[in-house]
Amino acid sequence: MKKFKLSKTLKSSLLTYGLVIFAYVLMQILISGGHVSSLMQGLLVPLCVYAILAVSLNLTVGILGELSLGHAGFMCVGAFASAFFSKCVQDSIENSFIRFTLAIMIGALAAGAAGIIIGIPVLRLKGDYLAIVTLAFGEIIKNLVNILYVGKDESGFHISFKSSLDLNMSPNGVQIIKGAQGITGTPNDSTFTIGIVLLLITLFIVLNLIHSRDGRAIMAIRDNVIAAESVGINITKYKLMAFSVSAALAGVAGVLYAHNISTLTALPKNFGYNMSILILVFVVLGGIGNIRGSIISAVVLTLLPELLRGLNNYRMLIYAVVLIVMMLFNWAPACIGWREKIFGGLRKKKNTKEAA
Amino acid sequence: MRKSFKKAVSLAVAAMMTLTMAACGSPSTSNDPTQNAGTTAAGATENSGTTAAGGTEKSTFKIGIIGPLTGDAAIYGENVVNAAQIAVDEINAAGGVNGFMLEINAQDDEHDAEKSVNAYNSVKDWGAQMILGSVTSVPCIAVTEKTKADNMFQLTPSGSAVECAKYANNFRVCFSDPDQGAASARYIGENNLGTKVAVIYDSSTVYSTGIYESFVQGAANQKFEIVAAEAFTADNATDFSVQLQKAKDSGADLVFLPIYYQAASLILAQANSMGYAPVFFGVDGMDGILSVENFDKSLAEGVMLLTPFAADAKDDLTVKFVTTYQQRHNNAIPNQFAADAYDGVYALKAALEKAGATPDMSVSDLCEALKKAMLEISIDGLTGAGITWNEAGEPNKEPKAVKIVDGVYVSMD
Repeated sequence: MKKFKLSKTLKSSLLTYGLVIFAYVLMQILISGGHVSSLMQGLLVPLCVYAILAVSLNLTVGILGELSLGHAGFMCVGAFASAFFSKCVQDSIENSFIRFTLAIMIGALAAGAAGIIIGIPVLRLKGDYLAIVTLAFGEIIKNLVNILYVGKDESGFHISFKSSLDLNMSPNGVQIIKGAQGITGTPNDSTFTIGIVLLLITLFIVLNLIHSRDGRAIMAIRDNVIAAESVGINITKYKLMAFSVSAALAGVAGVLYAHNISTLTALPKNFGYNMSILILVFVVLGGIGNIRGSIISAVVLTLLPELLRGLNNYRMLIYAVVLIVMMLFNWAPACIGWREKIFGGLRKKKNTKEAA
Repeated sequence: MRKSFKKAVSLAVAAMMTLTMAACGSPSTSNDPTQNAGTTAAGATENSGTTAAGGTEKSTFKIGIIGPLTGDAAIYGENVVNAAQIAVDEINAAGGVNGFMLEINAQDDEHDAEKSVNAYNSVKDWGAQMILGSVTSVPCIAVTEKTKADNMFQLTPSGSAVECAKYANNFRVCFSDPDQGAASARYIGENNLGTKVAVIYDSSTVYSTGIYESFVQGAANQKFEIVAAEAFTADNATDFSVQLQKAKDSGADLVFLPIYYQAASLILAQANSMGYAPVFFGVDGMDGILSVENFDKSLAEGVMLLTPFAADAKDDLTVKFVTTYQQRHNNAIPNQFAADAYDGVYALKAALEKAGATPDMSVSDLCEALKKAMLEISIDGLTGAGITWNEAGEPNKEPKAVKIVDGVYVSMD
C-alpha cells in the first residue's frame, strides 16, 4: 500500500504556519477568558509587526546572503505612504476594513518601489560595502521624511521641503504631513487578527519563494555568484527580486505599525539604524536563513523588556545581558557542541526505543 | 566573501549591544536626579505597598505616571516622578483626598510612542484610575488615543504639543508649543531685548519646530526682525559652527533657541569659542542647562529663558518644595518638569475634592466627574497663581522670564 508522505520542506513549512495559528488561537482563548493583561494585549500588534520585519529581512540576509542595514527605511516608506493615504480618505471611505486593505497595498507597493529604486544601484555592491550603503539609504529615507511637509486644500496638494509656512495653503487647508511632527491622527485600524493574517501571508510568500525555482536561483547566487552566472542565472533580476519583495514586506509591517499608534514620526529610534540593527538582531539570533527562528526571536526579544518592567531601571541592563547569553547559547561553538551532546543523546534514545 | 559577511554581522550585533548599554548609561548627563532613579522608584513602590496594606482594595486613588526614565530624555521623567512623589506624600500626610490616600506607579516609556502605550497598559494593569503623563509630547499623543478609548482621565504635566490635549479627557499643566513661541516673541518685542533675531532650531523634533513656527508668526507684528533661521536635526546635533556663523554674519544681536538643553549647552560653548556673544533666549526646554555634566556654567551667564518655574523664587511654596526635593535627592535642583508634575498632582487633588470622588467609582465615571471639576478649580501652584483650565484642556497662567546670573536663575520681573 502506498503511504502518503509529506516532504521534509512541506512538513517544516506546515510546522511554521501551525505555530503561528496555534499562538493566535491560544491568545484568543486566553483573551476571551480574561486572563490576558492589558500590557500583553497592547503588545500583540507590535509582536506581529516585528515578526513580519524579521521574516522579511531574513529573505535578504539569509536567502539572498546580503547584509542590509536599511530595513527600517522601507518600513518607514510603507508607514508614511499608508498613513498619508488613510488620513486623506478617512472621511470618504468609512469602512475601516476596505480602507485598511487599500492602505496595506499602498504601503507594500510604495516600499517595494523604494526597494527597486534603491536596489538597482546598491545591489552592484557586495558584503560590507553593500551594508554601509543600505545603512546610508535608510538614513536618507528617514531624513527626507523629516523635512517633508504636505498639505491639502481645495486647489489640491501642496508640498514643501522647508517648513509648513511655505506651503501657501488657503486658510481652510489641512496639513497632513508636518515635517518632523509627522502624521498625527491616523485611524487605529490595526488589530491582532489582521496582524496574524499579514504574518501568515508574509510567511506564505517567503516560504514559497524560497522553495520555488526562483528561490533556488537566489540561493545559488548566495552560495557562489560565478557558478550561478555560468549556468545562466540572471543575477541582477534575482537579486532585485529578493530585495524588493523583502522591502515590500517591510512596508507591510510599517503599515501595521502606523495604524497601531496614532502618532507617526520618523525618529532615529523607530525608523533609524537602531531599528534596522534591532531587526538584524532578531534575524541573527533566530538563525540566518531560519524563518521560524526569526519569528520566535522577534517575539522573545520584544516581550523581554516589557516583561522585565518589574525590575525598574535595571531592565535594560538585564535585557542586554540576556541578549548576550542567548547569542552565546545559540552560536558559540562550545555551546552548540554541548547542546548536541544533550539533545542528540535524547534523540538517539528515542530512535532506539522506537526501533525496539 | 562569506567571512567578511560574518564579520559585518557580528560587528552590527556588537554595535546593537553597545547601543542598548548606552541607552542605560546615558542618563549620566543628568547627574543627581538619575542616580536616585532606582531608589526613588523603589521608594515609590514601597510606599504604595504600605498604603495598600493600610486599607482594603479600593481605599486609594491610583495615579499612573508615564515618562522617560531611561535614555536621552530621562531627566524629565525623573523630575516628574520625584516631584509627584513629594506631592503625594504631602497630601497623604495631611489626610489624603476626601479621606482617601493617593498612590502612584511610574512606568518608563523611553521617550517612544509605542513604548508609551505599553507603559500605559502596564499602569492600567496595576489599576490606575487616572494618568499623570506622558511627560514628552509625541508619546503623549499616542497615549491620548488610548485614554480616550478607555475614557480614562489624563493630565499631562509637560506634553506641550497641541494634540496632547486633543480630547475632552486630556488636560495639561504646561503651556502649549504655540503659546510658548508667541509668548517669547511678545516678550522679546515688548522688552526690546533685540532688533535682529536669529533662530537656531531642531527641525527633527515636534517641540522645536512647533515653537519656531509660532515664534515666526508672533514676530510678524513685533519691532524686531528675524534675520536668520537655521535648522539642525537630532543626527547632527554636535557641531553648530555653521549655524552660529550664519547668525553672526547676519548681525543678529539675539539668538532664540527653542531647543532642549543638551544641544543648547553645545551652542553656548561653540559660540564662546568663536567669540560670538549675542543675547541667548530660550524656552522651557533650556531648563536643565545648569545640570549638564562638564559644562562650564559661566558660559550660561546672561542666558534668558521663558519658563513657568524658577527654583530660586522666594515664595514659601517654591522654597518648601525645593528644600524637600534637595533633601531627598542629593541636592539636585528640580526643573520646571518637576514643578509641572507637583502642580499636576495638586490639580488632581483639587479636582477630586471638587467632584467629591471616591476610589470605588469606575474609571469612566471618575473621568466624567474630573472633566467637569477641572473647569471649576483654581489652584495656586509652583508654576503660577490662580491657575484655571478651559474646556480645550489648556491652563491659564502667566509665563515668567528668568536670567541666569552667577549660575542661578534670577527672575526678570
